[in-house]
Amino acid sequence: MEWMEIISALALLAFIIILFPAARERIKHSPQGTSSDWMGFVIPVIVIALFVTFLVMLV
Amino acid sequence: MNQNYSTVAQRSTSAIATNKVLRNTYLLLSMTLLFSGFTAALSMFMNTPPMTYLISVIGGMVIAMFVLPRFANSPAGIGIVFLITGMLGFGLGPVLSMYASLPNGGNIITLSLGGTGVIFMGLSAYALTTKKDFSFLGGFLMVGFLLVLLAALANIFLQIPAMSLMISAVVIMIMSGFILHDTSRIIHGGETNYVLATIGLYMTIFNIFISLLQILGIMSNDD
Repeated sequence: MEWMEIISALALLAFIIILFPAARERIKHSPQGTSSDWMGFVIPVIVIALFVTFLVMLV
Repeated sequence: MNQNYSTVAQRSTSAIATNKVLRNTYLLLSMTLLFSGFTAALSMFMNTPPMTYLISVIGGMVIAMFVLPRFANSPAGIGIVFLITGMLGFGLGPVLSMYASLPNGGNIITLSLGGTGVIFMGLSAYALTTKKDFSFLGGFLMVGFLLVLLAALANIFLQIPAMSLMISAVVIMIMSGFILHDTSRIIHGGETNYVLATIGLYMTIFNIFISLLQILGIMSNDD
């Protein structure tokens, strides 16, 4: 294992530990979305996925 | 009657403040993106070693998480945003040099850059025109991001190319969600500091660009 991979692993671990409390707080305080709210998120994400597939076909 | 006038006046003041935050955010974002492009070109010209990327990303993230919030309400905050984005751009230099050396490298870089621009502008336009409140995504996106970091950590040891591809695809989806969430927060007055708003949106653009580079790089090698 190269030293760069060891540093990457340590940095990722540190970010996970630092972000974990913030993530827990966000889950507690985030409002609940309705099914219509979630559709407003899922549809653009599907469009993005199709767009990325299109880019892959261009390479 | 007076109360009605007061409510209308409060609403219009709030709308003006929101527009100001939005305008300042996009102005600072465009300037930082140009600055990043300049530092990335400088780094490519200097032929910096691959470890530059790692050092720049870790340094940039540490400054963004621990230093920027202390100065976000002062003029120094703008300088720190340029420092972070300049560092991240400088770190991109060796990555771009590596992709540029591939047979189809120029095409991969151009498509990633254009693709990132289309995704960001498309999602921003969607959030701005629909004016939907995406604050409900906050917890979901944070958990998703933590899971992606865990998967990336695992893949450092596992070294599975398909997993790397999957992680990049999921990062694009999560960052797309963050663009909707952050833009909606500005529109609805949840984010009133354009310095913090800029760095949030910059990080999403940076992550989408890196992930697209990785996906297109891996897929072009499969031919």
